[in-house]
Amino acid sequence: MTPLDRELLAALEGGLPLCSRPYAALAERLGVPEAAVLERLRALQASGAVSRFGVVVRHHELGYRANAMVVWDVPDAEVERAGAILSGLPFVTLCYRRPRRLPVWPYNLFCMIHGHAREAVLDQVAAASTAAGLEGRARDVLFSGRRFKQRGARYGAAPRAERNHEAA
Amino acid sequence: MTDRVQSAEVQSAEHSGLRAERLTPLHWALLDRYQRDFPLEDRPFARIAEEQGASEAEVLEAYRGLAAAGMVSRIGAVVRPHRAGWSTLAAMAVPPERLDAVAALVTARPEVNHNYEREHALNLWFVVTAESRARVAAVLDEIAAESGLEVLDLPLERAFRVDLGFALQGGAA
Repeated sequence: MTPLDRELLAALEGGLPLCSRPYAALAERLGVPEAAVLERLRALQASGAVSRFGVVVRHHELGYRANAMVVWDVPDAEVERAGAILSGLPFVTLCYRRPRRLPVWPYNLFCMIHGHAREAVLDQVAAASTAAGLEGRARDVLFSGRRFKQRGARYGAAPRAERNHEAA
Repeated sequence: MTDRVQSAEVQSAEHSGLRAERLTPLHWALLDRYQRDFPLEDRPFARIAEEQGASEAEVLEAYRGLAAAGMVSRIGAVVRPHRAGWSTLAAMAVPPERLDAVAALVTARPEVNHNYEREHALNLWFVVTAESRARVAAVLDEIAAESGLEVLDLPLERAFRVDLGFALQGGAA
């Protein structure tokens, strides 16, 4: 990732400007041509450094009030297979392996499921467990409660515009 | 565009005109179809307008409304984990009477981008992102010291599915 890439990602943390020529507006802020902004955004997606470029929604505000982090304790030898199956299910939005922290945290496979109602999400958890061969494994479903903070990641110092934006 | 979600702001978002059940088909298309591969051309909103049979002004106005209502966080880049720095998922078991105060000290950190209450003995979950692994570790240490509570560090070891967007069931909502 180039220094310009990092500046570009920082400039995008507050979102693409909602104006007719948003890339030109970003380019002006960064002091580069509009074409350079477009070229770097294409390159970042092509290299996989940016997994997606587009609209980031807030599920809760769109009626998805039952948002669950679902976790399983899966033997290390089986976690690859289970993770691959879970990640292919249409209602699983994220699926990661993370370390256990015994004795307080025995789970190593994590996924996120967003739904309109708790019951529907619990049905999906059961379906996911069955699909991935995890029915006998210890699991937990952690529904989210209050959201204290929800925004994009920030990888370094905020650019000036961003700080001003937050102060506003 | 609101950047942080606090309980009060979530309340106000729900009172700011647009509500999920009143969204138009254009709104749902703008939410659902442009989570990936957002047009990379000089007038992206004009391209979307053309695809959706609307005007550029209508598309911009709709996105502004969705952003003002908090339904759209932003139009932006989702960086693949650990490609531009380091991040981790952290969890804490906070006594209920201290949850507001501890959540506030976590939220106050610029390195924290998500901070949620969850229904579990480990009731506070947050994501810390910074330019380096050492900086992330330092933030966790500082939060532990400030709160006097243990902080579990659960960094991603393998991504089976990264954030590729989410198909909305708008019509059925």
